[in-house]
Amino acid sequence: MPAIVLQDLTLGYDRHPAVHHLDATIPSGSLTAVVGPNGAGKSTLLKGIVGALRPLEGHITLAKSRVAYLPQQAEIDRSFPVSVRDLVAMGLWADIGAFGRVRAGHADRIAMALAAVGLTGFERRSIGALSGGQMQRVLFARLLLQEAQVILLDEPFTAIDAKTAADLMALVQRWHGEGRTVVAVLHDLDTVRAQFPDTLMIAREMVAHGPTASVLTPANLLRARQMCEAFDDDAAVCLPENRGAA
Amino acid sequence: MIDLIVTPFLDFAFMRRALLGCIAISIGATPIGVFLMLRRMSLTGDAMAHAILPGAAVGFLVSGLSLGAMTIGGLIAGMAVALLSGFVTRMTALKEDASMAAFYLISLAGGVLIISVNGNSVDLLHVLFGTVLALNDDALILLCSITTITWFALAVLFRPLVLECADPQFLASVSQLSAITHFGFLALVVLNLVAGFQALGTLMSVGLMILPAAAARFWATGIAGMISVAILVAVASSITGLLLSYHASLPTGPAIILVAGALYAASVIVGPQGSLMARYLPRPHLQS
Repeated sequence: MPAIVLQDLTLGYDRHPAVHHLDATIPSGSLTAVVGPNGAGKSTLLKGIVGALRPLEGHITLAKSRVAYLPQQAEIDRSFPVSVRDLVAMGLWADIGAFGRVRAGHADRIAMALAAVGLTGFERRSIGALSGGQMQRVLFARLLLQEAQVILLDEPFTAIDAKTAADLMALVQRWHGEGRTVVAVLHDLDTVRAQFPDTLMIAREMVAHGPTASVLTPANLLRARQMCEAFDDDAAVCLPENRGAA
Repeated sequence: MIDLIVTPFLDFAFMRRALLGCIAISIGATPIGVFLMLRRMSLTGDAMAHAILPGAAVGFLVSGLSLGAMTIGGLIAGMAVALLSGFVTRMTALKEDASMAAFYLISLAGGVLIISVNGNSVDLLHVLFGTVLALNDDALILLCSITTITWFALAVLFRPLVLECADPQFLASVSQLSAITHFGFLALVVLNLVAGFQALGTLMSVGLMILPAAAARFWATGIAGMISVAILVAVASSITGLLLSYHASLPTGPAIILVAGALYAASVIVGPQGSLMARYLPRPHLQS
């Protein structure tokens, strides 16, 4: 039972494809790393899956399940006066919606989520007063409350110290153990080798997809780097008949 | 002393009416101002006020100094600008400030054109500066109704609105309410400016929306605190401004806004949160 199916998927901006004719099937319950050079279309792919970007061509099919998404630098206005507890509580949106009350059971879950990310005692702190690592912990606490079956993480461990990254990685493993599908964009290949069973390598087009050891080969890495270096302003329209030539 | 403060309101019905009208605006418009400030949209209030002016002027041309016609005209012009600019912001590459500016300028020019073609020496001073000392029953009912609607709408929209301000991507990922919230909020801005121009005029009504919110920023850290302080500032400005204008024979609208401005200036200097004093006379730091 696949969680996410990409069929001939092309995503892009201003007609220029950032992800080109991608076919992939991500099985339910898998833990997949998305790797590739800068500009390979990794973030674009996640935006497409979550529905923030309309495909230029092709289809994305999601199993009927709740999707949670952690963007790269979450577009959060940190100067907005919201407390840690209130922001984390919004992870309950599917339960309480726009108007529902936060009940005692919810309050316990919020406390447990904050404890799980090691932020007990920070409830009343304003989000503007947090460090980068603490903010990422807050966002993971919110993800915990979302109870999503599919979790998309865009560079969750970038610009974060080793201790925080290890703590948050433990949460990712916990989700994996609970049978949730996790797709994470990562740059640290050591983490990918150590923690992620599956890897999807893209460089605007598919490079390789499968068990991590068979994907992260020197040959694939070199190929990915070379494929990413071209951006043609005067590129011709991509038609089915001349696709093989490109 | 008591005489100076209480007697004008006891002796004159128009002062009591003005007081009620100003308090209604203070309670309705300032929470909107707080959200405008927190979303860095403070100047949007000013733009919307300009957008409303032509609608009110056309209402005036059609049926004279009629509360209904001018209110409806102002609402139509304001909502049109809010909807069109919101549409362009959400569907195209243009950012909110530019699309808003484009449409309010078009609205303003359209209004000026309509008025000059009709060739009347229209007395638009009423629209520009309001008639806070001549509020009739209908106007007071309108002001209080709009304040009530605003608080109900804010109560319903509060959670999505806070999320739309703080983390719009997350709101979009969990619900379809993003657009409704955005346009609902702009509608509240228009509604409160239309309420304000009955009393203070289109230009002055923005003052009672934004100045108390800006002052409150220096006193409170949370949204609830900011809204409370902003309402206090607005009500205090209204009462003080009315009394100043009564005792010193000053025009009322500007008097109220200038008092609010003075409170804002004081807040910038001595408020406990991020003011000049906090910057230049810092208190000793705490233990680690």
